[in-house]
Amino acid sequence: MSNQALPRPRFNAPEPERGPKAALKIETRTTPLLQGRVSEIPDAVFGWVMRLCGLAVVALLGLIVYQLIVGSELSWHAFGWKFFWHSDWNPVEDQYGALPFMFGTIVSSLLALVIAVPLSLGVAVFTTEMCPINLRGMLSFTTELLAAIPSVVYGLWAIFVLVPLLREYVQPFLAHTLGWTGLFSGPPYGIGMLAAGVILAIMIIPIISSITREVLTVVPQHQREAVLALGATRWEMIRMGVLRNARAGIVGAIILGLGRALGETMAVTMVIGNRPEIAKSLFAPGYTMASVLANEFTEATGDLYLSALIEIGLALFFVTIVVNALARLLVWSVTRGQPARSLA
Amino acid sequence: MPDTSSNSTAVLIPQVSVPPISLRRRVTDRAMTAVAILTVVLVLLPLFAIFAYLVYKGIGSINLAFLTQTPKPVGEAGGGMANAIVGSMVILAIASVLGVPFGIGAGIFLSEYGRNRYGDIVRFVSDVLNGVPSIVVGIVAYGLVVMRQKHFSALAGGVALAIMMVPTIARTTEQMLLLVPQAIREAAYGLGVSRWRTTLSITLRTATSGVITGVMLAFARVAGETAPLLFTAFGNQFWNWRTDQPTAALSLQIFTYAISPFDEWHRQAWAGALVLIILIVGAVAAVRIAVRHGTLAGA
Repeated sequence: MSNQALPRPRFNAPEPERGPKAALKIETRTTPLLQGRVSEIPDAVFGWVMRLCGLAVVALLGLIVYQLIVGSELSWHAFGWKFFWHSDWNPVEDQYGALPFMFGTIVSSLLALVIAVPLSLGVAVFTTEMCPINLRGMLSFTTELLAAIPSVVYGLWAIFVLVPLLREYVQPFLAHTLGWTGLFSGPPYGIGMLAAGVILAIMIIPIISSITREVLTVVPQHQREAVLALGATRWEMIRMGVLRNARAGIVGAIILGLGRALGETMAVTMVIGNRPEIAKSLFAPGYTMASVLANEFTEATGDLYLSALIEIGLALFFVTIVVNALARLLVWSVTRGQPARSLA
Repeated sequence: MPDTSSNSTAVLIPQVSVPPISLRRRVTDRAMTAVAILTVVLVLLPLFAIFAYLVYKGIGSINLAFLTQTPKPVGEAGGGMANAIVGSMVILAIASVLGVPFGIGAGIFLSEYGRNRYGDIVRFVSDVLNGVPSIVVGIVAYGLVVMRQKHFSALAGGVALAIMMVPTIARTTEQMLLLVPQAIREAAYGLGVSRWRTTLSITLRTATSGVITGVMLAFARVAGETAPLLFTAFGNQFWNWRTDQPTAALSLQIFTYAISPFDEWHRQAWAGALVLIILIVGAVAAVRIAVRHGTLAGA
């Protein structure tokens, strides 16, 4: 903006001495301070190279779309829209339907949201509104540390700690108390949809809470003061003055978390059980779009098999793009063009 | 509330009466505070559990053999992940060489040339790219490199990770460059320094430590990635020094060992996870210290 408006300085040899002749003797240099003329060319070249780099980012997106569409052409011609509502996945007979994987992805992600949203909102509200200021930095650092742990390490921990825990304690308890809903029935393997949902929740809490925290800090201080001046308690101030003002941004943060959960691969693959079935019970094993790619991509023998897998990738890509774009717009609408600083 | 009933007096003195806060409201307030503290505890619990368990399991399994040997066949005790550690480093080096210049370039574009609609488009696209699942990036690298070369390679793994690094680096670089005061740029222009020189030697240089931090964040994020390497780098049980051959990576090895049924391999998976985290944290810390005190401090 202001950069472009600046006149570009042009330097030749300095003008001959012109100043007040009296007191100061100004030394005249015969050689110019800046050697040679400033040429337009390097500037233009540099500008265009940088623009190309920017363009490369857009090209990257185009490349991804192109690769996925070309790769999935075969499967698209073979199955059309049927691909998305057929539930048999049979590489032997070359019959492919993506429904069980879509079901698994959606259910595990929603389950993760149900667990993660209240917890992350609690953490965000606590760190911005309640906690002593010297605890704040430490808390946000620790939650961000959670985001730095690689997905495969979460999976490792889930296999050896979370799954046994669920199998021995949580699942029997849930079956006993909530078994009548049908959501918590069947043999408690530990491994299954529930384990996937829990580990996903642990993984998306840092994202949701850190973006929510940013959104909450943007809420103007006078909103808080106004509500407090009306005699509100601290919680009423948070509810009416802060949360209500930050609604759109919080929804954006949640959707960003959803986007991450939808595409998360390794940890889920390690604990979900990898069986393409649609079951009502959360104890049952399932399969997600990302994990079928992880497990079967290198083993895909036929062209159609590979193409069907790439089509799953394409579908996953489009869903996450839409979800992320929506979330970005919502977060932007609150932070007003200063996009949320996040790693998500 | 202000008292308006007596309109005869000239000066209107508002009489404010604050009703006492009811018990219900006070209890709700306290309860919500307690709930918020509870959520913090619930969130921190798994974090500590993961770290404690990782260190507890990993420390006992790391030994010299683990760091210097290649994997042994199933059933034989011993062996290590030396080839995977080196393989990870090779793949990450390729990714950084490919991804960092583009990322920083895009960041410069966004902050110095992109304060307009085109910049907004690039900004939005890179934010969206940040959310593309890593496994999908793997498919793209598979189509770009593996299909052409006809075999899995470290290069393909590097390309996949580079694609993931670019948007993150671009956005953090942009933010860091925007923090550099406009006056510093104008001072350079005023001295007759050309625009490209100002951008590189003044603006970028002032923001160096921030830009490097952004690069390290991107690096740390892709260093532990497994999904995009599954069908690009593929993994290897032996030493491999060629970038066009299947290459072992620490994260891949952890995955393979974790889902195997062998206790010995589980033990090594924990050791691998600990080494991976130490490498990531170590790399980030080393660069941060270098930026703060060392040779890069003046830069």
